[in-house]
Amino acid sequence: MYKVKVFITLRENVLDPQGTAVESALHSMAFEAVRDVRIGKYMELTIEKTDQNIDDAIKEMCERLLANTVIEDYRYEIEEVVAL
Amino acid sequence: MKFAVIVFPGSNCDIDMFHAIQDELGEEVEYVPHTADSLEGFDGILLPGGFSYGDYLRTGAIARFSKIMAEVVKASAAGVPILGVCNGFQILLEAGLLPGAMRKNRDLAFICKQTQLKVENNTTMFTTSYEKGETITLPIAHGEGNYYCDEETLSQLKENNQIAFTYHVDNPNGSLENIAGIVNENGNVLGMMPHPERAVDSLLGSEDGLKLFQSIVRNWRESYVVNA
Repeated sequence: MYKVKVFITLRENVLDPQGTAVESALHSMAFEAVRDVRIGKYMELTIEKTDQNIDDAIKEMCERLLANTVIEDYRYEIEEVVAL
Repeated sequence: MKFAVIVFPGSNCDIDMFHAIQDELGEEVEYVPHTADSLEGFDGILLPGGFSYGDYLRTGAIARFSKIMAEVVKASAAGVPILGVCNGFQILLEAGLLPGAMRKNRDLAFICKQTQLKVENNTTMFTTSYEKGETITLPIAHGEGNYYCDEETLSQLKENNQIAFTYHVDNPNGSLENIAGIVNENGNVLGMMPHPERAVDSLLGSEDGLKLFQSIVRNWRESYVVNA
């Protein structure tokens, strides 16, 4: 089995209105040192081992569904675990 | 002309769309569920607004994989007129039938109000009943209508005259270049955030949306007569 962690964030050149709002809230809490806040999504997938290459499978999942690559970037971490 | 209104789980403008076609436009219309596997016999396809699949993951992201969407993609390639309004526009973007993507509104709020639009291109099959540069009033109701595309796509949109409608004077959601609606390169797929189907009778506050549907019918009839 694999445990896969997928991180999705808005691309750098895409404005993040939620991040901007949170940033100004942090400033009002006197954390003036905060320069940038980007809000993203985090997903955990548990995937059975099959003949298909796990990297290829995750990439396809990200490209076609989990992320919208017009506005979002993704990265992932794969951890192999012993099935219970 | 016979229209299909596609109904996804969470669509909520399907009835308005049906009413606009049947009662105001006076054409044939049927509901088609997202589970259907054919659009045979339909001359136009309407993707209504709403919150398909609860907007889970991203607006339109799940609906794009419904069974019926494979048929919508085929119909698009065959040149069938396809109109996606609001969530319908978002689904068309996720399906790759139109370029770009939607972000949350600039001010993060859901906006529900009348907006002024400018008809940028009155040569599409959806806009010939309008004057070029005409200002019209249609309602919007969305939380994610902040259209975005990269610079290359934007210059293509401009070059091919694919921007059909822009927000006039006031841009409610922060969309790039005030974009409110775009067509595909072929001109047979229109996606727009404002709701023409909610503006088909002066009782509803505006009847400016009716001309959009009249344009489709008129252009379809003309091409049908030419090709018959």
